[in-house]
Amino acid sequence: MGSVATAPHAHAGHAQHHHEESFVSKYIFSQDHKMISKQFLITAIIMAVIGFMMSLLFRLQLAWPGESFALSEFLLGSKWAPKGVLDPNMYMGLVTIHGTIMVFFVLTAGLSGTFSNLLIPLQVGARDMASGFLNMLSYWLFFLSSVLMLASLFVEGGPASSGWTVYPPLSALPQAMPGSGAGMTIWLVSMAIFIASSLLGSLNYVVTVLNLRTKGMKMTRMPLTVWAFFATAVVGLLSFPVLLSAALLLLMDRSLGTSFYLSDIHVAGEALDHVGGSPLLFQHLFWFLGHPEVYIVLLPALGITSEVIATNARKPIFGYRAMIGSILTIGFLSFLVWAHHMFISGMNPFLGSVFVFTTLLIAIPSAVKVFNYLTTLWRGNLVMTPAMLFSIGLVASFIAGGLTGIILADSALDIQVHDTYFVVAHFHVVMGVSAIFGMFAGVYHWFPKMYGRMMNTKLGYVHFWLTFVAAFGVFLPMHFVGLAGAPRRYYSYSEFPMFEGVMDLNVLITLFAILGGLAQLLFLYNFFYSVFRGPKAVQNPWRSNTLEWTTPVEHIHGNWPGAIPTVHRWPYDYSKPGKAEDFVPQTVPLEHGEAEEHG
Amino acid sequence: MTKLLILLVLVLAILAVAQLARVYELTSKLRGKREEDISPADNRMNATLWWVFMVVYYAFFIWLIWAYADEMLPVAASAHGEEIDTLMNFNWAIILLVFFVTSTLLFWFAGKYAYRADRKAYYYAHNNKLELVWTVVPASFLAVIIIYGLRTWQDITGPAAPDALQVELYAKQFDWTARYPGDDGMLGATDFRLIDGENPLGIVTKERIAIRLAALAAEKAGLDSLLQHAILPDSRAEEIRDRIAGIERQAGRIVNLRTLMEQDIAEKGEASAYMHGADDVVTKEFHLPLRKEVLLLIRSRDVIHSAYIPHLRAQMNAVPGMTTTFKMVPTITTDSMRQVTGNEAFEYILLCNKICGASHYNMQMPLVVEDQGTYDAWYAQARTKPFQAPPMAVAPTPAPPAPTDSTAAPADSTDATAALKP
Repeated sequence: MGSVATAPHAHAGHAQHHHEESFVSKYIFSQDHKMISKQFLITAIIMAVIGFMMSLLFRLQLAWPGESFALSEFLLGSKWAPKGVLDPNMYMGLVTIHGTIMVFFVLTAGLSGTFSNLLIPLQVGARDMASGFLNMLSYWLFFLSSVLMLASLFVEGGPASSGWTVYPPLSALPQAMPGSGAGMTIWLVSMAIFIASSLLGSLNYVVTVLNLRTKGMKMTRMPLTVWAFFATAVVGLLSFPVLLSAALLLLMDRSLGTSFYLSDIHVAGEALDHVGGSPLLFQHLFWFLGHPEVYIVLLPALGITSEVIATNARKPIFGYRAMIGSILTIGFLSFLVWAHHMFISGMNPFLGSVFVFTTLLIAIPSAVKVFNYLTTLWRGNLVMTPAMLFSIGLVASFIAGGLTGIILADSALDIQVHDTYFVVAHFHVVMGVSAIFGMFAGVYHWFPKMYGRMMNTKLGYVHFWLTFVAAFGVFLPMHFVGLAGAPRRYYSYSEFPMFEGVMDLNVLITLFAILGGLAQLLFLYNFFYSVFRGPKAVQNPWRSNTLEWTTPVEHIHGNWPGAIPTVHRWPYDYSKPGKAEDFVPQTVPLEHGEAEEHG
Repeated sequence: MTKLLILLVLVLAILAVAQLARVYELTSKLRGKREEDISPADNRMNATLWWVFMVVYYAFFIWLIWAYADEMLPVAASAHGEEIDTLMNFNWAIILLVFFVTSTLLFWFAGKYAYRADRKAYYYAHNNKLELVWTVVPASFLAVIIIYGLRTWQDITGPAAPDALQVELYAKQFDWTARYPGDDGMLGATDFRLIDGENPLGIVTKERIAIRLAALAAEKAGLDSLLQHAILPDSRAEEIRDRIAGIERQAGRIVNLRTLMEQDIAEKGEASAYMHGADDVVTKEFHLPLRKEVLLLIRSRDVIHSAYIPHLRAQMNAVPGMTTTFKMVPTITTDSMRQVTGNEAFEYILLCNKICGASHYNMQMPLVVEDQGTYDAWYAQARTKPFQAPPMAVAPTPAPPAPTDSTAAPADSTDATAALKP
C-alpha cells in the first residue's frame, strides 16, 4: 500500500533533507518532534519504574505492617527503613512522590509528550511542530523538573510528604512534618518548571494543529487522536497556570511570611503570625487544575484507543462526530467540576450541590464514548494485536472506574467514602489503569513508527494478560477496603480493630501489585530489546489509513521525502463496501460518485 | 530471605518466558511469518481469553461481595446515615446493572468478533437515532440520581435545630479534644493566641487573657535580661530580638482581642460569646446522647484534619482558621451496636481522615453513644474533672519521631521566665 500512498509524490526528489547532524543535535538537543517524542517516552518509562517501585515499597508495609524487608532497607537506606521497616514519614513521602510522579511525570508528560509530539505532525501532515525550539525546550524543562523531583528524595527531612495534593497548612509548615521542609520547596520548584514545560508543549500542539495541517486535512478529517491531543492541550493551557499560581503563593507563604493559605495556627508550641488566609483557597486553585488534570491524562488515552480500536476492528469508529463532540464536552465540563473534591472541606454546601450537578453531567459524554466503542467492536473483525488488547482493556477499566465515580460525585455519599480507599480504587481504575493502558496501546501500536522495528507480539500478550489481571486484582478488592471505612494515607491500620476484617485484602492487593510489577519487566525487556534487535518494520504494518504510515520507516527530518501528501477523505474508511482492500488511506482520492462518510 | 528467593524465582521465570517468546519469534521468522501478522490461532486464543477473563472477573467480584459482606460497615448508627445508606443502595443498583450490561457487551464482542479472513467488518459509521438514545437514557438515569442525591444532601447540610446540643471537636496533631457547653448551653469564644497548657482550646475569658499577657511579658522580660547580661553570638542575639518582636506582636494582638471582647460584652451583655467560655467542659472523652440532635463544631489548631465517624456516616474537615459544622442524630447506642455486630469490644471511633503528619494513622478518639440518663451522669462527672492535658500521644511500634506536644513549650518558658522575675 505504501506505493499507493506516496505515488502522487514519487516525482519529488529524495535527497534534499540530507544534512549531517552531530550526535548532540540529533540525540540530545534535538528539535525533531520524533526524537523529542522518544526522549519523553524514555524519560517517562524511567519515572514510571521509579513510581511503581515506590508503590511496591508502601504496599509491602500495608500488607505486612511493621515487618522487615531487606528490599526496603536496600532501596531506602537505614535512615528511612531502619532494620527494613519503613519509617512513617518516608511512607508519606513515598505515597506523595508516587502520586506526583505518576500523575504528572508519567501520565501527563509521558502520554502527551510522547504521543502528541509523535502523532500531531505525522497525522495532520506537517514537517514538524510549529516551533522545534520550544519543543526542545519543553522536553529539557521536563527533564530538569524530573531530576529535581528525584533529587528531593535525598534531602534532609525527606521528600514532600503531605500527599500529592500538598494541602497547606501541612505543606506550608516545616514544624508540622519533616517532609514540609526542603523537600517541599524542591517539589514546588520542580512543579513550577514542569508546568512551564507543559505549557510550552501545549502551545506548540495547539498551534500545530490549527496552522500546519496539510492540504485537504479539514478539522473534520483529523484522526480522533489528534482531536484528543488538541483538546488536552487546550485544557492544559487553561488550567496549568492556575496550579502555577497556587504553587507560587504557597512558596510565598512558606518563605516570605505571606498569609494566603494560613490563619490562626498554633503549632509546635507557638502561635504563628499568619492571619486572614484560607486553606480552602489553595484547594480551589489546586483542583481547578487538579480535576482537568484527570482529563489531561485520560483524553489522550481515549484518543489513542479510538484510533487503535478502529484500525484493528477494521471498521470505522462509530459516531466520529459524536466522539469529537464528547471530547470537547468533556474538555469544557472538566473546568466546572473541581469542587467535587471539596464537598466536606468546609465549603458552603450549596456550592457543593452545584458541583454535584456539573460532575454528574460529565458522565453523559463519557457514556456516549463507551457506547460508541462498543458499537465499533460490534460486528467488527478484531485483529488481536497487543495494542488492541490494551485498548479493549482500557474500555473495561473506564467502565468500572467511571461508574464508581457516580458514587463519589454524589455529595451525600461522598460524606461516607471521601478520602477512603474507595477513592483510591476509583481514581486508580479510571485514571491510572485506563491512562496507562492507553499509553501501552500507543507504544505497541506506534513502536514501528518510532523505532522502525517491531515489538514481540507473544511477549505483548503475556504482558497484557498479566497486567490486566493484576490491575483488577489490585483495585477491585481495594473498593471493599474503602467501603469498610478504611482511610487512605494511613501508615498502618493495626490500631483499629474495626478494619481487621479487610486487612487480608491488603495482602491480596499487594500480591497482585507484585505480579503487576513483574509483568512490567516483560514489557521493559520487550521494549528495549526491540529498540535494538526487533525485526525491521514495514511501512504500514497495521494496514492503517492515517498519514503517519505514509512516511518512510527510517526517520528523516521533515517526515516526508517529497511533498506532503494531500488528504482526500476521513481516516476511518475501513472495510468500506465496494473496496477491494479493507482499508482506504486518507491520501486516496474519492472515486467518482463515492460519498465521504464522517460519523 | 525466603521472600528474596521467591523474588529471584519469579524474575527467572520472567526471563524464561522472554526467552520462550524469543524462540517463538525465531521459528516464525523461519516460517516467513511477520511480527505484525496475527495468526488465526492467536486471534482465537485472545478471543477465548476475553470470555475466560469475563467469567473470572465476575466470579472474583461476586466472591468479594459474598466473602466480605460482613466486614463492611454495619448498619448506619445515625438518622441521616440511614438516608445515606438507602441512597447508596439505590446508586449501587443502577451502577451494578450498567456495569454488568456494558462490561458483558464489551467482553462478548471482544471474544465474538475476533478476526477471520473470510469475513469483512460491517461498515457502520454512525446512526443519529442510536446516538440520541444513548445520550438521553444515561441523562435521564443521571437526572434521577442527581435529584435524589441533592435532596439527601440538603437534608444533611441544612441548618441544625435551635435546641441541638453543641459539641466542639478540636483537632491537633495528633489527637482530638471535645468541648461541651456549661449550664448556659453555649460554647464560649476562642482565640488561638490564648492557647497554653491549661487552655488547650484557647477559650477567651478575662482571666485567660490576663494570664497569657503575663506569660508573654515574663518571657519578654527574661529574653531582655538575657540580651543585656549574657554575651551572645550575633546570630543568637538576632534570634532573640526576633523572638521579642514576635512576643510584642502577639501581646499587641491579645490586647486588641481584649478590647474587642470588652466592646462586645458592653454591647450584648450576657449574649456575648465571650461570656460563655468560663464554664465550658473540655474533655478527652466523647459522649453523645441517643436520639438527640447534635451539632458538631469542628476546629483545628495546626493543619487540616478531618473528623470521620464511619459508623455514623459523618465526616467533615477540621480547618485552621474556621469552624466547620456537621449535624447528626445518633440512633444506636454503643451497647446496642455491640449486640448488632456481635462484638463485645465494639466502639464507635472518631478518626482523622485528612493527612496530617507522621502519626496521622493513629489519631483517634472513641465515641460513646448512650441513652440520655447515662449521658447526663457522664456529663455531670465530666464537669467536675478539671481538664488534664493527656500524656504525649505515644505512637505504636515502630516509633515515628515523637510528635512534639505543642502545649509543653509555652508552659516551660513561663516557668523559666518566672524564675527570672525580680
